[in-house]
Amino acid sequence: MSEWITLIFNGLSLSSIILLTSLGLAITFGLMRVINMAHGEFLMIGAYMTYVIQELFKTYLPHSVLGLYYPCALVVSFGITFLLGCALEKAVISRLYGREIDSLLATWGISLIFQQAARSIFGTQGVNVTAPDYLSGGLTVGACTFSYNRLFIILLVLVCLVLVWLMMYRSNFGKQMNAVMQNRPMAQCMGINSRKIDCMTFGLGSALAGVAGCSLALLGSIDSTIGQNYIVQCFITVVLGGVGNLIGSVVGSGIVGGSTIFVQHYTSSMIANAVVLLIIILFLQKKPQGLFALKSRQLDE
Amino acid sequence: MKVKCIIPAILAFAMCLSLISCGSGAKETTSSGGETVTVGLLHSLTGSMAISEEAVRDAEVLAINEINAAGGVNGAQIVYVEEDGASEPSTFATKAEKLIDENKVKTVFGCWTSSSRKAVKSIFEEYGNLLWYPVQYEGMESSSNIVYTGAAPNQQIVPAIEYLVNQGYTKFFLMGSDYVFPRTANEIINAQLADAGAEVVGEEYADMNQTDFSSIIAKIEASGCDVIVNTLNGTGNVSFFKQIAEKNYTAEDYMTMSFSIAEEEVTTIGADILKGHMVSWNYYETTDTAANEAFVTAYKEAYGENRVTSDPVEAAYDAVYLWKAACEVAGSFEPEDVIAAMESTEISYEAPEGTITIDGESHHCYKKVRIGVVNDGGLIDEIYATPDAVKPDPYLTSYGWAAEVQPLS
Repeated sequence: MSEWITLIFNGLSLSSIILLTSLGLAITFGLMRVINMAHGEFLMIGAYMTYVIQELFKTYLPHSVLGLYYPCALVVSFGITFLLGCALEKAVISRLYGREIDSLLATWGISLIFQQAARSIFGTQGVNVTAPDYLSGGLTVGACTFSYNRLFIILLVLVCLVLVWLMMYRSNFGKQMNAVMQNRPMAQCMGINSRKIDCMTFGLGSALAGVAGCSLALLGSIDSTIGQNYIVQCFITVVLGGVGNLIGSVVGSGIVGGSTIFVQHYTSSMIANAVVLLIIILFLQKKPQGLFALKSRQLDE
Repeated sequence: MKVKCIIPAILAFAMCLSLISCGSGAKETTSSGGETVTVGLLHSLTGSMAISEEAVRDAEVLAINEINAAGGVNGAQIVYVEEDGASEPSTFATKAEKLIDENKVKTVFGCWTSSSRKAVKSIFEEYGNLLWYPVQYEGMESSSNIVYTGAAPNQQIVPAIEYLVNQGYTKFFLMGSDYVFPRTANEIINAQLADAGAEVVGEEYADMNQTDFSSIIAKIEASGCDVIVNTLNGTGNVSFFKQIAEKNYTAEDYMTMSFSIAEEEVTTIGADILKGHMVSWNYYETTDTAANEAFVTAYKEAYGENRVTSDPVEAAYDAVYLWKAACEVAGSFEPEDVIAAMESTEISYEAPEGTITIDGESHHCYKKVRIGVVNDGGLIDEIYATPDAVKPDPYLTSYGWAAEVQPLS
């Protein structure tokens, strides 16, 4: 029994990590159709920001408030990656709309620049974040132990999902965003500043990656390649879920995370990687548009 | 059109300039001190392995500077040419050939991963040059053109497992990264444990970049093991130990014995998480010898107080001194003379870890084995050491149980 609970919790936990890392990409790639290879580097920046804030707290503030560094890091990571994302959109991405292959190359180049910058600033040696007291250790119930930071990540992803959903479907900005993504000329005719919307949307996607990076910092070491470890998985999740659909990404990450943990449990982690990819390939053969295909009257769909 | 031609021209000119300055950089040091001998350093200064290899390279440079300050080798000052293997075995191969063929180096100190060593092995054999390899590895190899100054399996893995069995551990869980060292090491450990009557209750491999260890930890819990033999490498160690700590497990619940965690890794992972866990090496920063005191002081003076020395760092430092000793016995710098000297006379050096001697037959070194425990301060305390230096046995021929782990010839 406890084995099953642990298995389900691990599956849920991995799914939530995958969802958190790919939520931003679901917006930049899913909605905006920018093949954003630099998404992983926004994760990296978020993770490094957590480290920087931790060090600042350690150096300048009394030990008693050290635990507050983490919420502070979440906010700062969100802000910094949002601004960087906006700047990137203005400088590079905005010139490449409709040229998906070019945006792939350009963002890949940008990801290399970010990685090298991280190596120059922080060195090649990985850095490490110590979880604040309230997130270290775990909650033991019977024979199962649920670690606090995994519980926290599940909570964080729920909060992010609710906020993104509210913003996309219940706010004025969200309506404008959907309008621009679905039919740009028509939205422009309605007086929507589509350039501003593009910029904000890309910034938001990047900022979500920054928050995800913050949570990754709790799980392992931070180095310049951390983004590269996640980027493929993020694309797989978004493509599997169906491009342009947030619900798709939620279900997609559930499938990828759940099946990875399940197959790993009965075989080994190496086989699990292969099996999960195989399942996805077979699935996309049947439904090339992904789980939740966007129904649209546009001719290019 | 003209502008387009000018830019490449400027670039080409700049490249020529930088090449010239590189060349003259090496020559400058040549002209300063009369007779010189050129050696090569070949490590990854970029890429994923740079983390580990930079420290090793620093130790080699320190040894070279010390030797030069003390008058050099056979009256000649050592000049080194440095190349970057970029964590890529094929780059190692091209750079090794360049060092030997173009720079005419007399020997090369280099490599860390087994794959990079295997990539350059045939080149050193073909040119009859000599490589000094400073890292513990999986064994099952010997070449007359390589000297291995790190541990062979019987100088690290086998005694560690023996120690665990003697301590009363009976249920072993083997966990490692998925590449040649952990796979070979675990093959050896399986054979050894079967012979000792202990049980292997699980064997798991993780991808090099894996960050989620929840499945493996669940399997460890289910296996009921009393000790984990850890051959994870690189960032996997950080993730694994963080994630086992977040489940409230300490060394008292699951003891681990690690073969890739030295002082440097302890600093990254954090002593609070690692304290109480066991490791096995030939050298620790805390090793109590006069030579080590001098070495640690010199290393910290050269590279900063917060730097730590570790087994591979020390083995790399020793390599330069062993080469010096071999050249002095040979009375020559030519690789074939140095190799002949090593094979006919016992070359030894008073290293920080104690006296190490090159075994002329296998080209490995006699080394003491030390089991250590990570302490609160992030250093490693020795809890057991073999009384004498252990004879290297890369093919484990002196162990009856190792008959089936021999490589295919």
